[in-house]
Formats: sequence, C-alpha cells, structure tokens
Amino acid sequence: MKLLLDATRCQGYGLCQEPAPELIDLDEWGYAQTRATEVPPGGEEAAAAAVSACPNSALRLVK
Amino acid sequence: MTGVFSLLPEGRPGLLDPLLSGAWLSGGSEDVPRYLAAGGYAALPAPDRLLERIAAAGLRGRGGAGFPAAVKLRAVRDAPGRAVVVANGEEGEPGSVKDRWLLRHRPHLVLDGMRLAAAITRADRGCVYLSDAPAERAVRRALAERPAELPVDVVRVRHTYVAGEETAVVRRIDGGPALPGAKPPRPFESGVGGAPTLVANVETLARIALVHTRPEAADAAAGAHLVTLSGTARAGTAAGSSALAEVPVGTRLKVLADLTGHGGAESVLLGGLFGGLHGRGWPDLPLDHDRLREAGGALGCGALHFLHPEDCPVAVAAEAAAYLAAQSARQCGVCVSGTGALAGALGAVAGGRADADTPDRLHRWSQRLPGRGACGLLDAAARIAGTLLAHFPERVDGHRAAACPACAGPAPEDGRRFTVPVP
Repeated sequence: MKLLLDATRCQGYGLCQEPAPELIDLDEWGYAQTRATEVPPGGEEAAAAAVSACPNSALRLVK
Repeated sequence: MTGVFSLLPEGRPGLLDPLLSGAWLSGGSEDVPRYLAAGGYAALPAPDRLLERIAAAGLRGRGGAGFPAAVKLRAVRDAPGRAVVVANGEEGEPGSVKDRWLLRHRPHLVLDGMRLAAAITRADRGCVYLSDAPAERAVRRALAERPAELPVDVVRVRHTYVAGEETAVVRRIDGGPALPGAKPPRPFESGVGGAPTLVANVETLARIALVHTRPEAADAAAGAHLVTLSGTARAGTAAGSSALAEVPVGTRLKVLADLTGHGGAESVLLGGLFGGLHGRGWPDLPLDHDRLREAGGALGCGALHFLHPEDCPVAVAAEAAAYLAAQSARQCGVCVSGTGALAGALGAVAGGRADADTPDRLHRWSQRLPGRGACGLLDAAARIAGTLLAHFPERVDGHRAAACPACAGPAPEDGRRFTVPVP
C-alpha cells in the first residue's frame, strides 16, 4: 500500500502528523512529508487516519 | 549573436546537417521538397522494428530527465486506449535554445518524428505544444505542406519555467492552466483527455526521425546531443559568447567551452538551471547523463553556462535562485516557502548579510527539499545551493568578510544573465 502526498494540496495544517508520526514529518514551515511512499506492515491504520485527517484531501492511499 | 556549430564527424547524421536541411542556413525553414528528397517521411512498414532500433541505439529523452525513449514509447503503446502524441517544444530553461531552433528551422524533421512515434504507440492524433511565435508559424506552414497522415493540433502556451513539464502540458492541452499536477498518474497512463499520452521533447522526436532515415547510423543519431553554450561575453575574444552545437555524447566540457571562448572559465552551471554549479575539474567532465549525475550534477536539457573568474558563483547562484523563486507556480506550499528561503539566504550571502549559520541552513534545505514539489523547480533551486556550498565554500565564507563587487545590488528575478537568444 502506498501513501501519496499531493504537494499542491498540502496547506500545512499539520493534522495528518498526529495520528501517523511514524509515517509523516512536518518540515520547518509545517508542510507534510511522507517518510516513505510504501506503508510499512502494521502502518495501514495510521495511514488511513492521516488521510482522513487532512482537511484538504492532500493524502491518499493506493494499493 | 548565437552561433550554430556541428562537432559531429563527417558523414554522421545530425540535426544541423545542411544536406538534409539547407534552407535554415539562409535563416529560413526547411521545406517539404527538400525534406522528402533527403529521405524524409519514408514509409514505416514495421513500427515495432523501429522501436527495437530506438531501444538498441539507447536513445534517451531530451527534455531533461534523460529517460530511455523506447521504455516510454512501449509504456504508451501498451496502455489501454487510443494514444495521443505530443511534441513538446515549450523550452522552459532560459539558457536553452535548441527546441525553439528545431521548430523554427526543422519543423518537418520534428513532425516526421511525431508521425513515427504515433505509429509506434498506435496514436491517432498529435499535438505540437509551444510558446514561441516564430516556431508556431514554421510548424503551421510545415503542417500545411506535409503529406498528411496524422491529425495534428498546435497548442500555444505563455512561456514559463514550468509550462513544459509533462503534466502541465497535458493540463494546458485539455484546456486547463499550464501548471504541474501531482503524479501518479503520469501522462503515459492518463494524459490528454484521459488517453495514454506520449509527451516527447521535440529533439527526441527529431532523433527518432533520424534513426528511421539513417538506420545504418542509428547509434550515432541517438548518441548526439544538441547543447546550448553561453557565458559572459569576453572582451577581445573572436568567438561569440553563445552557441547552439550538436556534439557526440561523451564530449569533454572543455571542448564545448573552447568553442565559445569560455576555455578560461572557472566553473560551469549545468543543465540550464537544473544541474547545479561545478567548479574544479569541470573541463574533464563528459557530456553524459550518468557521468554528470555521478559528479553530483545533471545534464538536463544540455544547456551549459560558463562562469569566468570575475563572475562570482555566489552572484550566479543568487540570481538563479531568485529567478526560480519568481517562476514557482505557487501551487505547492513547500515550493513557495523553500524557493523563497533559498533565494533569501543566497541573497543574504551575496549581500554580505548572512549570519554564521546561513551555510548550515542552506545545506539542510539542499538535502531535504528535493523531491518535495509537484515538479522539479524546487529541486533545481536546492541543487544550486548545495553545489555552491560543495564547490565554493571559501567564496561563500569570503562574502562575510568583505563586500563582493560582483554581488552589488539585489539579484534580478528575470533570469537575464542566463537568457540566450535563439539563432
């Protein structure tokens, strides 16, 4: 499963990082950065939570 | 004045080949009788055989990324649905002229390459995408007189640095803004109107046409590069300061610098604004995607800008970053913040206003920003900063101790230093 970030949509709300600190970092301006595209085993739930946390739908999960 | 030179050995097929073109020598555009007489628009009974030939010759895309052309052609051919072929002539780099030159002077060669690419990918329509008005006139004239096989549209766009990025191309052709989009999907999966789309640089298409016309010399046709050479005009040198040249892959950069009177350069800016600065050792670098990548640079679109000892690399980096920050499409927050921070910090270094930890910040950004935006603009700005620090640490430090005469005033944002007139 892949966690994809659309940088054109990320507004730096930072809400995605809280449920998925192992998957997402926030940079010094607050914009999200995925640590790896491939979601590690066991990370699926956190990834899904991060996707639904974004108010601007910048994250998506694809098989 | 921008000169035009071929460094290909005699008999090798080239895009600047006067036998095949002729007319451009007098400033015009090739016409169809001449192109047909030179073997152009020849029948293609077996498209897959041409694809094999392109693969065997190792042709790589000339838009900047250097991706193997055959892999892209195959991906479009094998994607479900009727494909579209786009000839991308929107040259974003201000220091490159090759794509506009090709469209202005060799439109039939490009259209022939597009026809062949359409046959390989089983596309039923084509589109020429450009911003240059003289190029559009030449292409429309050529379309009117060519042996029509493929329906072709011409789409004109306003020039920006990012307008030629492949997803921006697709969005513009579909009636949207010429702005990069998130990937995936890439155009080969879902492009113009949702169809699998080959977005191919016009030089790539021209080389496909050469491979077809001169199969016995396919390796040479695929292995040559159009390069744009520039640098500050030097007083007392006979050579012009900029040139469009066609050269074999692997040519040492020193040879290219000598061609335009820049043999005494101290460093070079590679790949337009995309490949960063390279200092000591630059003359021995070969013109080659993989070798330049190993050296921490990038060949990109093949534009080289030479810097002389009096051209301060800090000033050049600050101007490049200022231009890129101004050209940001302002879609990605990280690009707006990142290019702004890079340009601001490089401007501070140039102006002697940097503090002690500015180089550390620049270094951190150069490591962390690449790959973050929807297109490569942020990567270009990050590489400028990273290579300045790697190759010229003493020049960066020196600007804190004493004012630099070459860095006086704010860095212009219009890229004037890097802009080369089309020959």
